[in-house]
Amino acid sequence: MAEQKPVWMEMGLNADEYKKVIEILGRKPNYLETALFGVLWSEHCSYKNSRPLLKKFPTEGKYVLQGPGENAGVVDIGDGQALVFKVESHNHPSAIEPYEGAATGVGGVARDIFTMGARPIASLNSLRFGTLDDPHVRHLLSGVVAGIAGYGNRLGTPTVGGEIFFHSSYQENPLVNAMCVGLVDHDRIVRGQAAGPGNLVLTAGAKTGKDGIQGCTFASEELSEETEAPDIQRGDPLLENLLIEACLELMENGYVVGIQDMGAAGFTSSSAEMAGRAGTGMEIDVSLVPQREEGMTPYDVMLSESQERMLLVIEPQHEKTAKEVFDKYNVEMAVVGRVTADGIYRVREGEEIVAEIPVQALTESPVQHPEQREPEYYQRLRAWTPDELPVPENCDDILERLLASPNIASKEWVYNQYDHMAMLNTVVSPGADAAVLRIKGTGKGIALTIDGNSRYCYLDPRRGGAIAVAEAARNLSCVGAEPLALTDGLNFGNPEKPEIFWQFHQVVEGMSEACRKMEIPVISGNVSLNNESKGEPINPTPVVGMAGILPDIEKYITSTFKVPGDEIILLGKFSPQLGASEYLAIVHGMEQGAVPDLNLDDENKVQLCCRKLIRDGKIKTAHDCAEGGLAIAVAECCISGKMGATLQLPFTGREDTLLFGEVQSCILVACAPREVDGVLQTAKEMGVVSTVLGRTGGLHILIKDQNEGILINKHIEEMEKVWRGSIADHF
Amino acid sequence: MKFGVVNYPGSNAADCYYIFDRVLGHPVSMIMSEERGLDGLDCVVLPGGFSYGDYLRAGALAGIAPVTEQLAEYAEQGGLVLGIGNGFQVLLEAGLLPGAVRRNKNLLFRCHDVFLRVDNNALPFTGNYSKGEIISFPIAHGQGNYYIDEQGLAQLEQKSQIVFRYCTAEGQVIPAANPNGSVGNIAGVCSEQGNVFGLMPHPERCTEEILGNTAGLRLFLSILDWWGIRQQEGVVAHG
Repeated sequence: MAEQKPVWMEMGLNADEYKKVIEILGRKPNYLETALFGVLWSEHCSYKNSRPLLKKFPTEGKYVLQGPGENAGVVDIGDGQALVFKVESHNHPSAIEPYEGAATGVGGVARDIFTMGARPIASLNSLRFGTLDDPHVRHLLSGVVAGIAGYGNRLGTPTVGGEIFFHSSYQENPLVNAMCVGLVDHDRIVRGQAAGPGNLVLTAGAKTGKDGIQGCTFASEELSEETEAPDIQRGDPLLENLLIEACLELMENGYVVGIQDMGAAGFTSSSAEMAGRAGTGMEIDVSLVPQREEGMTPYDVMLSESQERMLLVIEPQHEKTAKEVFDKYNVEMAVVGRVTADGIYRVREGEEIVAEIPVQALTESPVQHPEQREPEYYQRLRAWTPDELPVPENCDDILERLLASPNIASKEWVYNQYDHMAMLNTVVSPGADAAVLRIKGTGKGIALTIDGNSRYCYLDPRRGGAIAVAEAARNLSCVGAEPLALTDGLNFGNPEKPEIFWQFHQVVEGMSEACRKMEIPVISGNVSLNNESKGEPINPTPVVGMAGILPDIEKYITSTFKVPGDEIILLGKFSPQLGASEYLAIVHGMEQGAVPDLNLDDENKVQLCCRKLIRDGKIKTAHDCAEGGLAIAVAECCISGKMGATLQLPFTGREDTLLFGEVQSCILVACAPREVDGVLQTAKEMGVVSTVLGRTGGLHILIKDQNEGILINKHIEEMEKVWRGSIADHF
Repeated sequence: MKFGVVNYPGSNAADCYYIFDRVLGHPVSMIMSEERGLDGLDCVVLPGGFSYGDYLRAGALAGIAPVTEQLAEYAEQGGLVLGIGNGFQVLLEAGLLPGAVRRNKNLLFRCHDVFLRVDNNALPFTGNYSKGEIISFPIAHGQGNYYIDEQGLAQLEQKSQIVFRYCTAEGQVIPAANPNGSVGNIAGVCSEQGNVFGLMPHPERCTEEILGNTAGLRLFLSILDWWGIRQQEGVVAHG
């Protein structure tokens, strides 16, 4: 029989941390206190491993109203309005119970948004799964998608965008990153602070049950055969709906001093964090907390992760009003404690004090500085060159195979399960480079995207991190929107492995550099570590959720070819390469080589140019040239527009490189023939290389080399069939 | 003309409210589901969404809510009732329209545009369409698979109670154009008297140019036109 672990170790503390706890308290902590330290000092709550890295991100900018540190970030969109947004991961719960894991992820991040006083107006998600030939992966995918749909659709918030990538490193450890975006007036922003000693602390929403206890400690461990999953929490989107209405009504009328969702570590984290931000203390009586089951201990109440629970701080004279509003929506509310001035976090069970800890000690965990080491594979894989690679004979077949790759194929089997139209704001639906929403009552719109390429990040974490930022911004520029700010979802393996922490560090360096150069600050985010199964880590997976502004909503464009006879032009320097490409992975089964170069000055110029051309009404189509290369970018414009195109590529190089090699800072655009000169002129003035490639029209995609040799000749209906059916056919 | 939008907990009532208030500029009130608040209304709309969460059969709880009980009397007296998506499901549950819905044939929620053939343009809700016209509305539902037995179907057909059917862009009513498995590709049906109309597709989601489609606006304009003609003819309004 295994030796019994000491309690502090069971609670996720290490020996040094336990020593530190004793030092802080001047005594040994009791069971509950040990648990409180255990959860609040877990990576999930404290970011103890990642905090020093996250400091590298630029977090300030002219549009930023609230950066990281609150429940969500806030960015100005003019007219006294602001967007509130954040991404959050629910990876481990989704691996165990895909429906509820994903559903509660959607619900949790929506609570982070409305606690800022904002009404949620859009959801997005970024998903990673193993390969679809595995029935377990199909089970995970269908469960996760159904969960997102089941919760998000009931919430009445449209799910307007997202992305999915399939790779064997996620076989048993899928990633589910949910992003929520809310709209708020500047003067209605509320923060998660327990200010004002003497103020009341109340809970609203669901009763507290035994579900999800120690979920964040669980989330901070690797999954293995022995992993003991806690009871996974179940979501109740109807209750969340009512909570949103009730809380917003209270907030709009100025009755709320501070409010926070009880997310990871439930009561413990929400109350301690709120007190920590305000520099106050707090006293909670667990016996006053509405409980779902009999015989719950203070430990159960404090660590429960039951969903749809809010913690509010209000002034005592507003208790009656709060009760009336919650009653109106049939939401349970209870006063459970009060804000104190002594900076102590005190938990009572009736008269008895069951825990007593300085607030700051709980919220300021010791920082870890894990060792880091460049992995052995890094130099080896990036040194690869395509010299030995055979040049393919039939590029039509390759085009078809790439269109059928789930990473490139249509994701409509997924997003058609999401209500993407509720609230009547969706101007550009999922499947585009970015979603576009109008802001009712104004002439403006916003664009939203979430993106990341973990193959790039595996092969070159630093450049991959920078590309994640650049690509998300490019998605926004392709619809005509100016990027405002981003939220990051940082998903990695076990940070105690030096190679993993190196990946993490490099990704953050790359992202920070791109953020700085592109002047796109980070306003919120989430870190999810220990994404491993059976000791194998996932590919480093930063995802970037980004919001942009369209000052004139009428001036947006999409990636479809619109009418025959439009001229197709490539903006940006075309220097494709096969390294790290989807082509190399799908056709040759290799994941290696150098990740495409990224010059951030060029990137800025090409995006600025694209936005100007859209704003000036000169172009009708714009599409990011991304995974699968130029041929795939053209094919996607053709399929979505149900229109062919004929192109001649005035470039030299291997055929597969020209067609399927990947490149950064390139945007494919189309315009009426009379606009061509203007487009080329604008590009030139803005320092952007531009190349006329051909014209839209017909029912085929026809791509020729510079000597009139036919490289690709394929009917668009044939392409569409393959592209549309690929994922759906697995179910 | 005064509209009322019923707000069951979990309904997307704000969307329909917005259409009357902002797009059409007509008086509209939000009716809470626990109240009997339909007096004085000229048309009642049951909106889409997930009433009471729809954790049970879609529309089941809303079908017995106080406001729905009053709705039966309201419809009996000839009041106009429009049920959209979940609102249609509520009307079926409440027995105000014949038939029932099951889960979509592929068991998945589906949100996308569909084509519809207008089979009955003689209703207060459809006068602005031509008979046989092909229009496009979006759908967004997991339980839209309309069912009625053969006898019931024959009766619906005989009495022109089938209002919209799913079809192809060219107007063919064939299984390939059926998004959910509905009997006879039925997308919407009306009561024998024609004053109660329910449909799974969402006209309120396609009433503005900026959202890319205005086919649904004509449904709401039909109601206003019908009302205007009745006023001119001196017909006494309901309520």
